[in-house]
Amino acid sequence: MAHLFDIFIKSIFIDNMVFAYFLGMCSFLAVSKTVKTSVGLGVAVIFVMTITVPVDYLLENYLLKAGALSWLGPQFADLNLDFLSFIIFIAVIASMVQLVEMIIEKYSPTLYTSLGIFLPLIAVNCAILGGSLFMQERDYQTVWEATSFGLGSGIGWFLAIVGMAAIREKIRYSNVPKPLKGLGITFIVTGLMGIAFMSFMGIKL
Amino acid sequence: MAKDSEPLFSSKNLKLLTDPLNNKNPITVQVLGICSALAITVKLKPAIVMTLSVMVVLAVSNVVISALRKSIPPRIRIIVQLVVIATMVILVDQFLKAFAYDVSKQLSVFVGLIITNCIIMGRLEAFAMANKPWPAFLDGIGNASGYGIILIIVAFFRELLGSGTLLGYPVLEKTGLYNIGYENNGLMILPPMALITIGIIIWIQRAKNRSLIEE
Repeated sequence: MAHLFDIFIKSIFIDNMVFAYFLGMCSFLAVSKTVKTSVGLGVAVIFVMTITVPVDYLLENYLLKAGALSWLGPQFADLNLDFLSFIIFIAVIASMVQLVEMIIEKYSPTLYTSLGIFLPLIAVNCAILGGSLFMQERDYQTVWEATSFGLGSGIGWFLAIVGMAAIREKIRYSNVPKPLKGLGITFIVTGLMGIAFMSFMGIKL
Repeated sequence: MAKDSEPLFSSKNLKLLTDPLNNKNPITVQVLGICSALAITVKLKPAIVMTLSVMVVLAVSNVVISALRKSIPPRIRIIVQLVVIATMVILVDQFLKAFAYDVSKQLSVFVGLIITNCIIMGRLEAFAMANKPWPAFLDGIGNASGYGIILIIVAFFRELLGSGTLLGYPVLEKTGLYNIGYENNGLMILPPMALITIGIIIWIQRAKNRSLIEE
């Protein structure tokens, strides 16, 4: 149990998707203008990641990995479908995003209109595919480890985008050099936030 | 069909190649494909390999989608685009694993993440779906080079200031800077400095080209 908690904390703070790996930067920069929309997108990302990472984990271990098909019979034991993993992962993600889109459209039309194009773009949010690929690379042992990694990474991304949106709402009132306005200062602020998050690297789990 | 006789490198087509290098740069102006741009710029070599991979994937999938553009039903176009991109990325990934294994290990998940590189989806949606294959090809090459230029600039400074080498050669050691007390700046190797470097590039670009300034 403590082990699962370690993975969870580690994926939120130390291996933060945005500040340590720069994943999901496109929507991170584009949607972080107001706190409200960024909370909506952040929650959607948490939801999609918590589901796709364990689903991809099961697919990886019972379908794609070398020898993963041995449960079908001994003649399948030496099949290795690893090269298909990109296409399978992206298909799972795209269908999950479609599902989330339908749920949000039904229950919160205002959020749906304010997220606009960025909702379908979660499908190409690198943080989500990145989560599945890191899961594959790090070889988690059980599906629970994969789940806590997915949930933790989603929450890490959520924290990052909400923090960024809060800063951007304030920065509107400050006197930024003209050529740096908008995108430029956003990059630099993200860098500074990244430096702050680096202090978590000292934590040993 | 007067358009068919248009020369291969007409001024309009050349613009497709040169615009993304500056005024419509995918990273600093269109804000596409940032994720991978930052993570693999610690050293120059992976940045160059990444640029080439993106160029191949973008050019080929632009041509494929543009050739198919009339037969793709609009409702399922995203999934069709993703399948084309994913297929190309698998080919590139297998190629790198076979011929450049150490670089492919360094790039780790970021080769796979070319699939979700927004430059590719963005260009397919915005350009290939509405244009002929040849302009689409040029657009692909142009945007990939615009992406690559920023990648290479960032990687150049990060490798030079962070490790004192370029493509692995110890450039600064030769100049004798270390003898007079110069030290490598360890911060440049860490992730946040990539963001700050790009911020500074944007600053310089917009200071020169005032039309890009946001209000």
